[in-house]
Amino acid sequence: MKYLLTALLLSLSATPVLACETVQLGSLEISEAWSRASIGMARPGAFYVTIRNIGATDDALAGIATPVSGKPMLHETVVKDGVASMPHAPAIPVPADSTVQLEPGGYHGMLMGLTQVLKEGETFPVTLTFRDAGDVTVPVAIRGMGAKDAGCVDKKD
Amino acid sequence: MRRRTLLVIGASGVGALAFTLGLGWWQNRDSLQPGSALLPLPIGKMSFTLTNHRGVTVTPSEWIGRPTMVFFGFTWCPDVCPTTLSDISLWLQDLGPDADRMNIFLVSVDPERDTPQVLADYLSNFDPRITGLTGSLAEIKRAVEVFRATFEKVPREDDYTIDHTAGVFLFRADGRFGGIIDYHEDRRVALPKIQRLLKAAS
Repeated sequence: MKYLLTALLLSLSATPVLACETVQLGSLEISEAWSRASIGMARPGAFYVTIRNIGATDDALAGIATPVSGKPMLHETVVKDGVASMPHAPAIPVPADSTVQLEPGGYHGMLMGLTQVLKEGETFPVTLTFRDAGDVTVPVAIRGMGAKDAGCVDKKD
Repeated sequence: MRRRTLLVIGASGVGALAFTLGLGWWQNRDSLQPGSALLPLPIGKMSFTLTNHRGVTVTPSEWIGRPTMVFFGFTWCPDVCPTTLSDISLWLQDLGPDADRMNIFLVSVDPERDTPQVLADYLSNFDPRITGLTGSLAEIKRAVEVFRATFEKVPREDDYTIDHTAGVFLFRADGRFGGIIDYHEDRRVALPKIQRLLKAAS
């Protein structure tokens, strides 16, 4: 069922609107997956997503995979004493009954070694691997370079 | 100084939003302390020579006469820099034609990769009033130093990234330091800071 749903979503992923829809994986709800358009393929891309854990047990995002990046990693932007750095995050906690956002200036996926240009308006798949819940693949909307969020109508903030 | 005092006293009286503004000011003030207790030099005392994304040589003395906004970044930066550029573009959009009377610069801390042409391509995605500056590593270091900012190249496996000061520096039209907009500072706090500079300059 999960794979059917994934396949269905991916087959329809021509329209970025789908990135605003929620994909369910057990008690996890994954939504608002987006990225920014890239200039060429030399620079790393970024990946953002919202993960809501409606269950009673903690989980963690342990990794990401995508055909558009040779080396996708989880990172966190940390601003300390006014200086921004971007340490690698081995895993991102997704505590029970809470929402975790990979968003600009916080946790994000860093897509190093792009294998294709990320074009605004297109989508690409990212597979999220959770420590307990396992894998789920979601469509990622590519927004403009100046975008700050997924651009979903029902955005929470 | 008296203006600031009045502003804070006023803010404390006018409810939640005003409180937030006052708080923003205090947080901002505090955030200047760690790292270095030093403030950026006034523009008039700065000395460095960079090249803008149109290939024109730029020195800070040319900035006097207009309020100035400067931040440090690099175009290979996947998260902080596009976000800051997007923030600034939105502020400029809100300020409208008033912001035409400002100097707005992104100083690259990655001159190795950020040539004027690379900066030009990158900046074409953001507000056209933002000018990119790059140059020799020595001149970039001189610029970073007079702003009391920092940057550090961090090697990765077959690549590198750069840690750098993330705030946006503001200067009055006469070149005196006019505050910092911290990374991720709310637009309701950031905009009045810029508007104050513009008002004082008009």
